[in-house]
Amino acid sequence: MALELRDVTIAAPGAAQPLFAPIGLRIAAGEVLGVGAPSGMGKSSLIAAIAGHLPPGFTLHGQIALEGCDLRALPAERRGVGVMFQQAHLFAHLSIGDNLALALPPGVRGRAARQAAVVQALERAGLAGMAARAPASLSGGQRARVALMRALLAAPRALLLDEPFAALDPGLRAEMRGFVMAHLQAAQIPALLVSHDASDLAACARSLALRPFDSV
Amino acid sequence: MGGAHRAVTGLRVALLLLIGAPVGLGAGLTALAALGWQPGLGGDLSLAGFAQALALPGIGRSLWLTLLTGLGATLIALALSVPLSGWLIGRAGAARVLAPLLAVPHAALALGLAFLLAPSGWIARLLAMPLGWSVPPAWPLPGDPWGGALIVGLVLKEVPFLLLVTLAAAAPRDIAAEMAVGRSLGYAPGRVWARLIWPQLYPALRLPLFITLSFALSVVDMALILGPSHPPTLVVQILRLLMAPDLALRVPASALALVLLGLIAGVVALWIGAERGVASLGRHMVRAGRRGRAWPGCAAAGAALGAGLPLLALAGLALWSVAGRWTFPQLWPEGPSLARWGRVDWSVLGTTLGLGVVVTALALALAVAVLEAEDRARRPLRIGALIVLPLLLPQIGFLQGLTSGFLVLGLPPGPGAVIWAELLFVFPYVLLALAGPWRALDPAHLRAAAGLGAGPWRVLGRIKLPLLQRPLMAAAAIGFAVSAAQYLAVLLPGAGRVAVLATEAVTLSSGADRRLAAVYGLLLALLPLLGFAAALVVPDWQARDRRGAGDGA
Repeated sequence: MALELRDVTIAAPGAAQPLFAPIGLRIAAGEVLGVGAPSGMGKSSLIAAIAGHLPPGFTLHGQIALEGCDLRALPAERRGVGVMFQQAHLFAHLSIGDNLALALPPGVRGRAARQAAVVQALERAGLAGMAARAPASLSGGQRARVALMRALLAAPRALLLDEPFAALDPGLRAEMRGFVMAHLQAAQIPALLVSHDASDLAACARSLALRPFDSV
Repeated sequence: MGGAHRAVTGLRVALLLLIGAPVGLGAGLTALAALGWQPGLGGDLSLAGFAQALALPGIGRSLWLTLLTGLGATLIALALSVPLSGWLIGRAGAARVLAPLLAVPHAALALGLAFLLAPSGWIARLLAMPLGWSVPPAWPLPGDPWGGALIVGLVLKEVPFLLLVTLAAAAPRDIAAEMAVGRSLGYAPGRVWARLIWPQLYPALRLPLFITLSFALSVVDMALILGPSHPPTLVVQILRLLMAPDLALRVPASALALVLLGLIAGVVALWIGAERGVASLGRHMVRAGRRGRAWPGCAAAGAALGAGLPLLALAGLALWSVAGRWTFPQLWPEGPSLARWGRVDWSVLGTTLGLGVVVTALALALAVAVLEAEDRARRPLRIGALIVLPLLLPQIGFLQGLTSGFLVLGLPPGPGAVIWAELLFVFPYVLLALAGPWRALDPAHLRAAAGLGAGPWRVLGRIKLPLLQRPLMAAAAIGFAVSAAQYLAVLLPGAGRVAVLATEAVTLSSGADRRLAAVYGLLLALLPLLGFAAALVVPDWQARDRRGAGDGA
C-alpha cells in the first residue's frame, strides 16, 4: 500500500511552462506527507491530478501509481482516492447521517448494518445522536469532522487533504489537526496533506515543498 | 430619503395599476362571466354556465387530454433536464446556445414540427425509401388523438427553459468541488449530479416548474397546431366557445376557464404532495449507496436530439417556404420558388415588429425604474408576487375578462389593448433578465462617482446604464422574443383586428397552403433570433469603436 508520484508536472491551459518543478514522492500506508507551497503554485492542481479532477485544458506529465496500479488510466470515481477540502461540502439536502451513509461502500449490505456503521462513525467523531441534524445546523469544526468521517467511510485506498484546516479558527485548528492525524493513522492508508501553514506541515511525519519550475 | 420613499410608493402603485389591476380585473370578470354576468350584457348569477360547460360533448376526454399532455410533457421535460443540465454544467457557452433556442416562438416551432411529423413530412420521406412506400403513410400526425405530437412540441420548448433555470441556480455554487467530493466517494458523475447536487438546486426550480406546468396545461398556439382536435384540449375548447359569434357561449367558456384554473391548482397541489415522497425515495436510494455507472455519450446524444429536432423543424420550414413541386417520396422539392414570398402581407411583419419594439421599450423603462428605485430606497420593492401572477395564471383565465374590462373602461380592442396585455408577460422576463446584472454592479464605481459630486440621475445616465449596456441589450432581446411569441395576448385583446406573425402562422397552419404557412412560420422564428444577434453584435461593435479611438490616441 503506497502512493507513488514520479516526475509529475502540471501545466495550466495555455501556459508555456509547468506550475512547479517535477515532483516525485512515495507515501507509505499509515504515513501522512505534508506538501507546502505558497498559494498559486498549484497545490490544489496536484491534488486534482492525483484524484482525477484536473479540469480540461490542464496538461499532466509523469506517473501516478497507487499500490503499483496506474491511477491516470482510471476515472476519478474508480481511483479509490478520497479528498477533503477546506470547505466540508456536506450535501445540504441530506441529513448528517445520510451524508455518511452515502459514503459507505455498497458492499456493506442491509439497512441495519449500514445504520450501525453510521452511528459508530458519528460516535468516533464526537457527534453521537446527531444523525438527523441538517448540515447547516452544525459548527464549522463539526462539519469538518463529518467530512473526514465521510471520506474515510468510503474505505479509500489513499486520502488527499487540500488545506483542510484553513477555514477553522486558530484554536479549533490544533484540535482538528489532532483528530485528523489520529484517524489517518488508524486508517492505515497513505495520506497527502497540502497546506501553506507551517504548523500543519510540522504535524506531518514528513514534509516537502513544491519548488518553482525556474529552479530546475 | 423621504423623496426616495415617496418614489418607491408611487412606483408600487403604478405597477399595481399596470400589472396587478389588469390581471385582477380580467380574472374577476372571467369569474363573473362564468357565473352568467357579462359587462354590457348583464345576466343573473347562476351555476348554469358550469352545467352547460360540463355537458359539452367530449369534455371529459378534453380534461383528460389536458392533464395527459400538460403533466406528461412537464414530467418528461424535467426528467430530461436533469442529465442534460449535468452535462451542460461544465461546458462554457451552453447558455449562449440555449437562449436563442428558447427564443423560437411556440407557434413557429410547432409549425415546423407539424411539417416534420406530417405523413408527407421529412420523417415519413426518410422512412419511405427503405420501406418502399410510394404514398404517404396514414398516420394521424400532427394532431394525433393521444396528444403525442403536442407532448413532443411542449417538451422541446420546456427543456431549454428548465436547463437555463437549472444552470442559473447552479451558477453561484462550487459545482466542481461538489462533483470532486462525490466522485472521490466512488459515484459516477451523472449520479453525483442527479442524487447529490441537483436536489440542492430544486428549491430554486420550483417556481419555474409551476410556471412551466401552468403553461403546459393551458398552452393555446401549440395545441391548435399539434394537438388533437376532436375533442381538443380544454383550452382550445374554451377558445372555440369564445370565438363563436354567440356571445352567450362566453358563459360556459368562462366556466371552463375556471375549471382549467382549478385543474392547474389541483396539479400543482398534487406536485407539492409528491415532492415529499420523491425526496424520501431519493434519500432511501442514497442511503443504499449504489454508485451507478457512467453512460458516456448518452447525454450528448440527448442534447443533440434536443437541439437537432428544433433545428430540423426550422430547416423544414425554410425549405417549404421556397419549395416548388414536392412529390411524396422525394427528399428535396423542386424549385426554388419564391412565389409564396410574393404573397406575404408585410404589414403583419411590421405590426409584429412595432408591437415588439413598443412593448419591449415600455418593459425596459419599467424595469430600470424598479431597479433604480430599489437602489435609491436601499430596499427591495417586494413585487415578486405581482410579477409572477401573469405567468402563473393560465392566460385564458384572464385575457378575455381583461379585454371586456378594457372595453368598459374606454380602451376598445386594438393595438393599445394588445400592448398592455403583452406588457403583462414581457415585463417579468425583462425585469428578471436585468435584475441579476444590475444588482451585481460594483458599488465602488457608484460610490466613486457619487464622491465626485454626481447626483443620482447622473450616476444612472453616465455610469449605470452604460456599464449595463450588454445586459440591457440582452434583456431587450428576451423581451422582444417574448412579445413576438404572444398569441392569445394578441388574439383576444386585438379582437381579431390585430394580425401578427404568430396569429397568422396559427391560422394558416390549418389551411391548405403549407408553403405560405411556412413563410410566416419562418419569419416568426427568425425575428427573435435577429433580436438576439443584435444584442450580441451591437455592444461588441461599439466597444471596438471605443477601443479603436483609444488606440489611435
